[in-house]
Amino acid sequence: MAKPSNEAFFWMLFSAGGVVAAMLIPVQLFLFGIAFPMGWLQAPSYENLMSLVRLPLVRIYFFILCSLPLFHWAHRFRYTLYDGLKVKHLTGLIFVLCYGGALLGTGIAAYLLWTIS
Amino acid sequence: MPTVKQGTIKSAPSYTEFHPRWYRPHVSVYWWLGEWHYLKFILRELSSVFVAIFVIETLFLLSALRDGPQAYAHFQEWMRNPLVVVLNIANFFFIVFHAITWFNLAPSAMPVRLGGKRLPDILVAAPSYVAWAVVSAFIAWLVLR
Repeated sequence: MAKPSNEAFFWMLFSAGGVVAAMLIPVQLFLFGIAFPMGWLQAPSYENLMSLVRLPLVRIYFFILCSLPLFHWAHRFRYTLYDGLKVKHLTGLIFVLCYGGALLGTGIAAYLLWTIS
Repeated sequence: MPTVKQGTIKSAPSYTEFHPRWYRPHVSVYWWLGEWHYLKFILRELSSVFVAIFVIETLFLLSALRDGPQAYAHFQEWMRNPLVVVLNIANFFFIVFHAITWFNLAPSAMPVRLGGKRLPDILVAAPSYVAWAVVSAFIAWLVLR
C-alpha cells in the first residue's frame, strides 16, 4: 500500500498559486515591469499608490499575490529539478530549500504589508 | 544474487541461460532538448522561476513603499535599468506562456459534459480567458485611475 503523503496538500497550493499567477501576474508585471519603466504609461505617484496599499483589501491582494505563486514555484521547480536535471537523490534538500524559500517570501510579504503605513 | 553457503555446491553449478535484468535505459540529463513537446514542457515548468522573480520584485516594491517616497523613486530608477527591463520582458513572455498553458489545461483536467456530450475544449477554457481579461482590466484601472 502506498504510504500516506502530503502531496495533495502541496498540489492544492501549487494549483491555487498557478491560478493566481496566471490571472494576476501578467497585468501587474506589464504595468510595473514594462509599461511604467518604458514610459508608455504614467506611473502612479507615491501618494496614489499608498492610498491603495493602505486599504486592507489591497494588502490582502498583495499578500495573496506574493505567497501563493511562491508555493506554485516551489512545487514546479522541485519537480523540474527532479525530472529535468534528474537530481532525485537530493529530494530532501530540494524540498526544504523550495518550501523554505516560499515560506520565507511569505513571511517577508506579511511583515512588509503589516508594517506599511 | 541468491546467497549460497560455502561448501554446499559440490559440482560445477548450472546456470540458466536466460539472465533477467532490470530494464533501465539510460536517460540523458538533456532528454528534453530533442523534441519540441519535451522542450515545451520544461519551458512551462521553468516559467515558475520567473514567477518567483516577479514575487521578489513585488517584495522590493512593497519594501520601497514602506520606506517612503525616496525609496519608491529609487525603486523606479532601478526598474528602468535596461537589464531589468529586458529581464522583465522575458519574464512577461514566460508568465503569459504559463497563463495560456494553465487555462488550456482546464478542459483536460475537468471535462464538462452537457446532455451526454463533451463540450468542446475551447468552450471550457473560454471563461478563464474572459475572467483574465476582466481582472486585468480592473487592476489596470485601479492603478492608472
